[in-house]
Amino acid sequence: MLNMTPTVLKNLLQKSSTRMYPIEKREPFERYRGELFNNIDECIFCKKCQIKCPSQCITVTKDKESGTGTWICDPFACVYCSICVDACPTQSLYMKPVHRAPSAERDMMEQTGKIKLPKKKAKK
Amino acid sequence: MARTIIPFGPQHPVLPEPLHVKLVVEDEIVLEAIPALGYVHRGLEKLAEIRDYHQMIQVVERVCGICSNIHSMCYCQGIEEIMGIEVPRRAEYLRTIWSELHRMHSHLLWLGLFADAFGFEALFMQFWRIRERIMDINEATTGSRVITSVNIVGGVRQDLTPEMCSWILSEVDTAVKEIKEIQNTILNDYTVCARTKGVGVLTKEQAYDLGAAGPTLRGSGVASDMRLLKYAAFDKLDFEPIVEQDGDCYARSTVRFRETLQSAELVKQAIAGLPQGDLAAPCKGNPEGEIITRVEQPRGECLYYMKGSGKKFLDRVRIRTPTFANVPPLLAMLPNCELADVPVIILSIDPCISCTER
Repeated sequence: MLNMTPTVLKNLLQKSSTRMYPIEKREPFERYRGELFNNIDECIFCKKCQIKCPSQCITVTKDKESGTGTWICDPFACVYCSICVDACPTQSLYMKPVHRAPSAERDMMEQTGKIKLPKKKAKK
Repeated sequence: MARTIIPFGPQHPVLPEPLHVKLVVEDEIVLEAIPALGYVHRGLEKLAEIRDYHQMIQVVERVCGICSNIHSMCYCQGIEEIMGIEVPRRAEYLRTIWSELHRMHSHLLWLGLFADAFGFEALFMQFWRIRERIMDINEATTGSRVITSVNIVGGVRQDLTPEMCSWILSEVDTAVKEIKEIQNTILNDYTVCARTKGVGVLTKEQAYDLGAAGPTLRGSGVASDMRLLKYAAFDKLDFEPIVEQDGDCYARSTVRFRETLQSAELVKQAIAGLPQGDLAAPCKGNPEGEIITRVEQPRGECLYYMKGSGKKFLDRVRIRTPTFANVPPLLAMLPNCELADVPVIILSIDPCISCTER
């Protein structure tokens, strides 16, 4: 009997273990896999992220006529595994250490950028 | 009084997951239990046909949240064995550290739920507060609290810095100190003992014959632990399987409680012996052949059968999870118990229905 009493008294005298969440937020950990972003200026639209993605939430299309490429990500299908970030050859994909804010509407992340032309070899 | 059938579940206050058991009851004494599973079947094994063997790691991690890291470790070990990949020693140690942290947080979660099952909500909160430390370690080291996504074929994706190692050691020490503070409550308290001792007895012979696994088997006096197979870095770690003889709910909860402290000790040992080296070996080609791998999950022995035929998609993945093995012993425990003890007995096998139905 009364095995829990010391713990109960300790809890009464200690500060609260919980936070007033929306008002008070904990600093995110540096490695936390939060929201996925694409730095479209560095993206070469190689489709590696689309191929590697386990949840198949990324679609990359290229329009050679207009010279533009489109990178589309469905954040509601993303599982935040960061495999695309590891696979990206130009490191244009990155994850912020904060999780995605809730939204009332289903929206897609769509970014359009210019397709980089292959670098010409210097004439000898 | 005539026999009546009382449905237990699929929605029940003590069950976080949908398990349905039809209880044949006479005078509040259970005579028979008829299980009904299949409420959260997702067909994850079939996904092997449309996800390549690298992407399947993410799928098997999501079979179950609580033992996600150990699922992916088992899968990766199988693929590595088929393809003949030599995993770097450091990666094996890191896998061991994360798997033992997972075992710790799974057992702490279960101890809390178990306390909640017999109405001790304050104890539930205590255990979950300690568990939060382990979740923070997971989040800081791997990038996610539950689905760690650190295992890849050939090794791991994340490393532990020396500062992280010392922080993990201090956090685990604090967690152990806090666990020991409530040890007296969970093991010696009158109300806890009254609700768990002599309830849901499973004899050693029954446990062995019905194919129980994990703490359910060890709580009945059988020293069976898959970590003795010396996978990952367990060949260099010093531990003995924790065994209790009584076979009742109290014995099973004691096994899990002691395993939590044992896991903390294993984490310390693994960090102390962490060698330098690469994190992952290169992985080229596709798996060809078939393999069975076994690991020890918090709930018991988990078995993976994988078959590849040289293509990037596996032909077959079969996952035999520990709860699947523990359902027949559960049905042997329930007859002749009181109706009020049913939640405690069901929770004492630590049911993971998402694992069972995949």
